[in-house]
Amino acid sequence: MAGVRIDGLAKRYEAVTAVEGVSLDVRDGEFLVLLGPSGCGKTTTLRMVAGFVAPSAGRVEIGARDVTHEPPYRRNIGLVFQNYALFPHLSVEENVAFGLRRRGVPEAAIRTRVAAALARVKLDGFGARLPRALSGGQQQRVAIARAIVIEPDVLLLDEPLSNLDAQLRHDVRAELRLLQTELGITTIMVTHDQDEAMSVGDRLVVMARGRVQQVGTPADIYRRPRNRFVASFIGRANFFAGRAEAGGFVTASGLRLPAPDLPPGADTLMIRPEAVTLVAQGAEGLPATIETATYLGAGWEVDLRLSTGERLSVVTPAGDRAWQPGQALAARIDPALGVGLHGDV
Amino acid sequence: MTRETIRGRRPGEVLGRLALHAATTVTLAYIVLPLVLVVWLSFMADEIMTVPPEGYSLRWYAVAWGQAQLRDGFLTSLWVALAATALGLLITVPASFALARARFIGREALLQLLMSPLIVPGIVIGASIYVFLVQAEIATGLPLSGSSWGLVVAHLLLTVPWCVRLVTANLVGVNRSVEEAALSLGASPLVTALTVTLPMIWPGLVAAAVFGFVVSFGNIEVSLFLVAPGQITLPIAILQYLQWKIDPTIAAVSVVQIALIGLALVATSRITNLGKVV
Ligand SMILES: Nc1ncnc2c1ncn2[C@@H]1O[C@H](COP(=O)(O)OP(=O)(O)O)[C@@H](O)[C@H]1O
Ligand SMILES: [Mg+2]
Repeated sequence: MAGVRIDGLAKRYEAVTAVEGVSLDVRDGEFLVLLGPSGCGKTTTLRMVAGFVAPSAGRVEIGARDVTHEPPYRRNIGLVFQNYALFPHLSVEENVAFGLRRRGVPEAAIRTRVAAALARVKLDGFGARLPRALSGGQQQRVAIARAIVIEPDVLLLDEPLSNLDAQLRHDVRAELRLLQTELGITTIMVTHDQDEAMSVGDRLVVMARGRVQQVGTPADIYRRPRNRFVASFIGRANFFAGRAEAGGFVTASGLRLPAPDLPPGADTLMIRPEAVTLVAQGAEGLPATIETATYLGAGWEVDLRLSTGERLSVVTPAGDRAWQPGQALAARIDPALGVGLHGDV
Repeated sequence: MTRETIRGRRPGEVLGRLALHAATTVTLAYIVLPLVLVVWLSFMADEIMTVPPEGYSLRWYAVAWGQAQLRDGFLTSLWVALAATALGLLITVPASFALARARFIGREALLQLLMSPLIVPGIVIGASIYVFLVQAEIATGLPLSGSSWGLVVAHLLLTVPWCVRLVTANLVGVNRSVEEAALSLGASPLVTALTVTLPMIWPGLVAAAVFGFVVSFGNIEVSLFLVAPGQITLPIAILQYLQWKIDPTIAAVSVVQIALIGLALVATSRITNLGKVV
C-alpha cells in the first residue's frame, strides 16, 4: 500500500485547459474525494493518476515511484467506473479473476482470493452468472471486487454511484467506506455530489475551472470555506457584502454584525442558515419579517427580510413553533459562525 | 384530436397500409420466385423444362457431381473463398483497430484505400491483377498467373472492404471503459485486444467472415481473367457449361450454392443478431 503524490499536474487541450496546477498529497490509507461541478477537471485529474491521460505538465507518484510516464497496466491501480465496465463475455468469477490471471497467480490462489473478494461485497453464490444477469448495484459490487482483489496501491473511482438509484446509492456508499477502512486502501474518488463526498471522504478537494479551490476535512471545508465558490458549493450560505471592522462586519446597507476573528480586508461575510436563531419580536436580535416558511419535518426553512433590507435564509429545528409568512420576529446570528471572505476568488 | 381529423385520416391510413402490403408482396415475390423456380427445375426428371413435368428425380444432382468441371469448380471456389476470408480477417482486424482507435496522419487515406475495391469494377480488378501477375511471372520466372494464389489475392480485394466496414463499425461500438478496466488490471494493449475486445466483437467478426465468404464464392468478374485449366471457380464453370448445354444440371448446382449460402446466413443469425452487427 502507498500514498499518492500529485505535483503541478496540468492538462491543456487545444481549446480548453482541463486541469491546471493541481498538487495533492494523498496519505497512505486515506480516502480522498475530488468534488466539483461538471466539467471542472475531476475526471481528467483521476485519469492522469490512472495513466489514461498524459499530463501536459507535472508529476504523479504512487508510493515512492514516479509513474508519470508509466502506462496504466504497470501502475497497479484499481479502477471503478460509473458504468461498471464489467467484461460482458466473462462470468462474475472470471471478471474478478482477470487481474490475478494477468499477474500469473496460481489457479488455487485465484479461486480463494476471488471467493474472498466476492464474499466481501456480499456476492457469494453469484460467481457463475454473467454480468447482464445482475442488477446495477450488484454489477457495481463486482466492479469493486474486481478492483480490490489485485490489492492495488491506489483505488480510483469515477462517479461510482451515479448510476444507482437513491436508496442503493446510500447503501453502496456506506459499504464502500467500510470496505476501504477495513482494507486500508489509499482511495481517490470523483463525485459532483457534495453529500456523497462529505459522507465518505477523509478529506475533500473542491475543484472549479480546472483548479483546486480548497483541500480539507468535510468539517473544515463546511465551517471555514476559503472562498465564495466553496461556500456556496458545499451546503447553503448567506453572503453579505461590506467590510470588516474591529470585532465586527458592516454591510453595504450599514448593518453592523458581530463577528470576531475576521481576516483583515474581508469584503464578504458568509453565514450558514443554521447559524441563525429565530426569537420573538422585540427580543435581542435583528428585526425581520418572514417571507416564506417551509416545513421539512426535522426542521424549518425560513426566508427572512431584515428591516435593513437584506435577505437571510435560515434553517431552524422544528420544535413546537409554527412559522408563517408575514410574521415579525428577530434573528440572532451566532457571531462565532460567521466567515469572512475576500475577493471573488 | 377532433372528430374531423380522425375521419380525415382513416381512408388515407387504410390506403397506405394496402399499398405497403402490395409493395411488400410484389418485392418478396420478385426475390423469391426465381429461387423457387430454380429449386423446382432441379428436381424435374425431364431434360427440357416442361410444365407440368413428367416426373421428379434427384438425377441432376448426381449428374452435376459427376461433371468433373463442376465438382472441381465447387471445390476451387470453396477453397478460394475460405482462404480469401481468412486472410482478409487477418489483415483487416489489426487495420480496423488502428482505424477505430488511433488518430494518425493518413488515417482517412488508409480507410479509403481499404474500401476502394468497392468502387472499382470487378472486371478491372481481375484484369489488372492478371496483367500484374504476368509481368511478375516474366520478371521472376515463377508460375504465378496460373496459380490459385492469384485468385486468392484477387478475392482478398472482395473480402477486405466488407471486413473493414463490419469490424470497424463493431469496434467503434465497444465501450472504451471496458478496455480501460482491462488495462488497469494489468493487461497490455495486445492482451486487452485478445482477451476483451475481440470476444466482445465476436458477432461482428462472424458476420464479416460470412459476408466475405458469400461475396467471394459468388463472384464472376474478378475471377474471369485469373482462372486457368484446373483452377476454375464454380460460377465460371457454370458459365462455361451453359455455353454448350442447357439442362437442369445447372439448376441443381445453383440449389447447392443457394443452400450453402443460406446455411451460412442462418447459422450466423443464430449466433449473432445480424441486423445489429451489420
Ligand atoms: N479529450 C478531451 N479533449 C478536449 N477537451 C476535453 C477532453 N477531455 C475533457 N475535456 C474538457 O476538459 C474539461 C474537464 O473535463 P472533465 O475532467 O471530464 O470534468 P469533470 O469530470 O469534472 O466533469 C471539460 O471542459 C471538458 O470538456
Ligand atoms: Mg467526470
